[in-house]
Amino acid sequence: MSDVMTGRAHVYPRADINTDEIIPARYLMVDDEAELARHAMEDIDPGFGSKVQPGDFVVAGANFGCGSSREHALWALRGAGVAAVIADSYSRIFLRNAINNGYLALEVPGIAAAVTDGARLEVRPTEGLVRDLDTGRDHRFAQLPDFAVEIRRHGHLLDYLRAREAAGESR
Amino acid sequence: MPGMTITEKVLAAHSGNDRVELGQLIEAELDLVLCHEITTPAAISMLERRGMDRVFDPAKIVAVPDHFVPNKDIQAAALASRLRDWVKRHGIDRYFEVGRNGIAHVLIAEEGFVVPGSTIVAGDSHTCNAGAFGCFATGVGSTDLAAAIYAGRLWFRVPGSMRITLTGELQAGVYPKDVILEVIRRIGVDGANSLAMEWVGPALEEWSMEDRMTLTNMAIEAGAKTGVIAADETTRAYLAERGVTGYPEYRSDPDAVYLSEEEVDLDSLEPVVAFPHLPSNGRPVGEGKGIRIDQAYIGSCTNARLSDLREAAAVMRGRKVAPGVRMIVVPATSRIWRQAMREGLWDIFSEAGAVVANASCGACLGGYMGVVGEGEVCLSSTNRNFVGRMGHPKSEVYLASPATVAASAITGEITDPRPFVEAARRVRAA
Repeated sequence: MSDVMTGRAHVYPRADINTDEIIPARYLMVDDEAELARHAMEDIDPGFGSKVQPGDFVVAGANFGCGSSREHALWALRGAGVAAVIADSYSRIFLRNAINNGYLALEVPGIAAAVTDGARLEVRPTEGLVRDLDTGRDHRFAQLPDFAVEIRRHGHLLDYLRAREAAGESR
Repeated sequence: MPGMTITEKVLAAHSGNDRVELGQLIEAELDLVLCHEITTPAAISMLERRGMDRVFDPAKIVAVPDHFVPNKDIQAAALASRLRDWVKRHGIDRYFEVGRNGIAHVLIAEEGFVVPGSTIVAGDSHTCNAGAFGCFATGVGSTDLAAAIYAGRLWFRVPGSMRITLTGELQAGVYPKDVILEVIRRIGVDGANSLAMEWVGPALEEWSMEDRMTLTNMAIEAGAKTGVIAADETTRAYLAERGVTGYPEYRSDPDAVYLSEEEVDLDSLEPVVAFPHLPSNGRPVGEGKGIRIDQAYIGSCTNARLSDLREAAAVMRGRKVAPGVRMIVVPATSRIWRQAMREGLWDIFSEAGAVVANASCGACLGGYMGVVGEGEVCLSSTNRNFVGRMGHPKSEVYLASPATVAASAITGEITDPRPFVEAARRVRAA
């Protein structure tokens, strides 16, 4: 996996931050990440787009990404420079979308209550660790399953499929 | 070894396994890949960029523009064109153009494309709707859709199942929508996270396919991977009418293991309204008394089928939409539109002062055809009421059955439909 990532936490402690909030449907006609990024979290935090710095993290409560299957939600966050999402738990489709994009959606129960908005975090993917540099506390997350690591290595599910096909494996 | 659930059986059959275990990673062959104009263009772009512009089997694709059509603006036109061009390029026959289209999930059932024992994916979270036919149907994002289009198979973790047993009988004015809102109220919007919500019970035998689809349609609102109801005589009859025969009918084994159980006694169920801003925020309809509404919306893949329109029309017959209220009726498919017209339903709604629109997803997701403004309240037969779902972030959406929406359109406030439904039945019986 990748090196240590460092950035600031943008904390949304509420449960059920849903895909309508992450990227409203009125922007679904766009698939350009930079464009989507400008509208990320618009209806619940209009300042999000301008305050996020590349490499920052979104920290959220349980069931993050619930609602629609729109992958635009992921693209909007990634386009805004969010390096990883760290949440108490995820809704299934959002988690799938993250895995398929080699994007880190880390599950750390209790994280939303433990981290202050604006805190500096260090994410160590290979160690399964989120270190809160402000409090000094470490939070552990379960390792990504092997197939997710494989997809991440190739970058994207389609790249993984293409590589597998080229290697002569149909399954 | 314990028996398998219906979901496990379908996935085992599609992954070359005799058995599958909970949590097992599999690759399942896909029988149907459903594509609409919002999430497919991005999937097409992903494939083109990688020199992977291929369709594994055009005969297993169905393409339907349904969200922002007839084109709501220039960007929507571009999306619809992208889908149309791709369909033409790859020789996909099952493409349903505007005027012959409808909300994808309702259309595929109506056309007889949903077959028991099959696997279905679409780039849309309400794909679970099809599970009412005893298949495995789940919603995915654009990347998964692209992989499905390209390879005709997708990775899955075998889900656990939640069993919901329905006993008793729905009372007049209480509907499948009330049942699903009640269950989501109990378990929460992640109460079935990653599970298959499997519905069983003697009550279901009396339910039409349309009734059943309302239950499986909203499985996603509890965080479920899918909703499923085993096929039976009703399913067979529905499919036979459409010339569809010769499919496997899986059922859960009596000793299959369920991760959780719920039971709903329909005899005592009252109409439910989900208050803003979560589908799980269900309350008895009586708690809505006094809450004035600006818009009454009947639409979406959840509740704009023919039976929904008939129930709403029965309430509206001879009555008027309250002053200050806009009522909008958006049927789910072009076929439903025509049948409703033949049955005189459009006269009823129009005479009452409601708008009758073309088949579309419409305002369910704040697209068009009744976007809700700042400070406005909409009571809707749709499936989600998150902040900003149907329009302005400072608008409010309440979810209910079509009959509840119709009764509320008449009074101008959230209203129990039962007196209206009972009155309508007395009139018909007279």
